[in-house]
Amino acid sequence: MNQPNEITMHLDHALSARGASIPPETSDPVFTLDNVSVYYSDYEAIRNVTLPIGRNEITAFIGPSGCGKSTLLRSFNRMNDLIPGAHLKGTVAYHGTDIYGPNVDPIEVRRKVGMVFQKPNVFPKSIYENVAYGPKVNGTKGNLDDLVEECLTRAALWNEVKDDLKKSAYALSGGQQQRLVIARCIAVKPEVILMDEPCASLDPLATAKIEDLMVELASEYTIIIVTHNMQQAARVSDRTAFFTAELDENEIRHGRLVEFGRTRELFSSPTDPRTEDYISGRFG
Amino acid sequence: MATNTVSETAEGLSLRQSRPRYGEKIIRFILALAAFVSIFTTFGIVISLLIPSIEFFMEVPITDFLFGTVWTPLFKNGEFGVIPLLSGTIVITLIAIAVAIPLGLGASIYLSEYASERVRKVLKPTLEVLAGIPTVVFGFFALEFLTQAILIKIFPEIEVFNALSAGLIMGVMIIPTIASLSEDAMAAVPSGLRDGAYALGSSKRQTAIKVVMPAALSGIVAAFVLGISRAIGETMIVTIAAGLQPQLSFNPLMGMQTMTSYIAAAGSGDLATGSIEYKSIFAVGMLLFLLTFLMNIFSIRLVRRFRQAYQ
Ligand SMILES: Nc1ncnc2c1ncn2[C@@H]1O[C@H](COP(=O)(O)OP(=O)(O)OP(=O)(O)O)[C@@H](O)[C@H]1O
Ligand SMILES: [Mg+2]
Repeated sequence: MNQPNEITMHLDHALSARGASIPPETSDPVFTLDNVSVYYSDYEAIRNVTLPIGRNEITAFIGPSGCGKSTLLRSFNRMNDLIPGAHLKGTVAYHGTDIYGPNVDPIEVRRKVGMVFQKPNVFPKSIYENVAYGPKVNGTKGNLDDLVEECLTRAALWNEVKDDLKKSAYALSGGQQQRLVIARCIAVKPEVILMDEPCASLDPLATAKIEDLMVELASEYTIIIVTHNMQQAARVSDRTAFFTAELDENEIRHGRLVEFGRTRELFSSPTDPRTEDYISGRFG
Repeated sequence: MATNTVSETAEGLSLRQSRPRYGEKIIRFILALAAFVSIFTTFGIVISLLIPSIEFFMEVPITDFLFGTVWTPLFKNGEFGVIPLLSGTIVITLIAIAVAIPLGLGASIYLSEYASERVRKVLKPTLEVLAGIPTVVFGFFALEFLTQAILIKIFPEIEVFNALSAGLIMGVMIIPTIASLSEDAMAAVPSGLRDGAYALGSSKRQTAIKVVMPAALSGIVAAFVLGISRAIGETMIVTIAAGLQPQLSFNPLMGMQTMTSYIAAAGSGDLATGSIEYKSIFAVGMLLFLLTFLMNIFSIRLVRRFRQAYQ
């Protein structure tokens, strides 16, 4: 009756070419999550996630709305600290150091782990000043022209803006703004880039550009992306984590990690029926 | 679908108004009237200022008025140089600004970026209560408490009526205006900008000063301008605490008269209607009106630009 095969075949087609070279197990993790639960006051938004994030890999978080993908993503750079009442149990180890441990400065964490948001949040400053912002607050002195050019080039935006660096960033299109945000992010020289539905407000052409850019950046950075777009997860990611929101024994909804593995395998032969239902479009 | 609708209309489906709606028209008239009252009043004020002012300037050359440095309207052959009143206004306003801008801005940054929701809920209304204290109370506080109990110990040579106490208290009076409007402007900055700043490794201070404040800048400047307009137009505090001596001086320990306190004092005295002294009130009023009017236009422009920034 349903045709999961046809749809998964369709995704098969999209699967990234990089997939083949990805080892079955993460050997050199940048992050290791161990039994991580994130709470908003006493509401447990996501429960007991254990997961490695491989170096220079693109990890996709997929799952239905409200299952805690954004919540979990924001725990990688302690952005949840900014929400009153939010707290975390378990350990988020970055190269073996628990980033929620004592003597860890969240500001230092955020310099290593950058973030790109769903809505392009360029600052009301010039294009140049947007890119230079991060290095400036992080204490880089002197001429930033070269760095700005390098980052805009890496973000595939240089050719479009090189004559308008002094223009307001608000004058750019949504897709250009999102690439500017990416340039601004890599100007801080992070090791990891978190992306929360970075293409959700973009048209297909701008989306394709950002996807190309992600694959390009993965040679140098470790990327975690939250997406609602199965095709996108299949096209760009090396590994995929599938989450759902379920009622527990007390009838309270909370997010859970259902399945994690190489994108290739997760999409072509999911082990959990809930994963199969979701990626074949029968759910969520 | 489309052709269907056309044919129905052609067959006489009436889309005309079926009955007159008088209520609608009356409401519309009343609402328009409400909107126009303030405009009419403004025009009325301008015209009532304008006629005696023109009469005044037919007797006193406008250059003598604008550039003269002696203001002695009650003397025989009195002089009408407005500079002493202008300097009094400027000195006292500058003192007020020096108090109100740092404190008001500081309070607004604290309220919008640092304070917890609970603290903000208590603090902001409390601060706004300050704005509700009658200015006559502030005036007596400046004269009786600030000058007599504090300033005189620090500056023994201070005059009983002095610009300093009036300026300081006037500054306190406009803190709520500046704090509250600046806080509104900063609270209106999309939270995505803050998240963006924090995600780049900014501290709270850097986020507030380098991202939130510039994003809210025109709103903040508009708050300053509004606060300054209030200071320039303030009458009671200066009349009570700064005295009624028009002097061209920049020494804040001396008494000074401002444009507003001249108008209040002269207007409540028994000047003969039609006398030149009487008309001088309107000339000073006109100048005051023009100054605050220009400042308000300026601030409206800024606020408009501030709104455009986020569409
Ligand atoms: N600031 C917050 N305060 C309280 N609860 C929150 C907050 N943010 C999210 N939640 C709750 O936590 C749960 C997970 O939210 P989250 O935004 O992480 O989901 P998501 O998987 O990213 O969803 P979407 O796909 O719609 O973005 C939801 O039930 C949500 O209502
Ligand atoms: Mg989300």
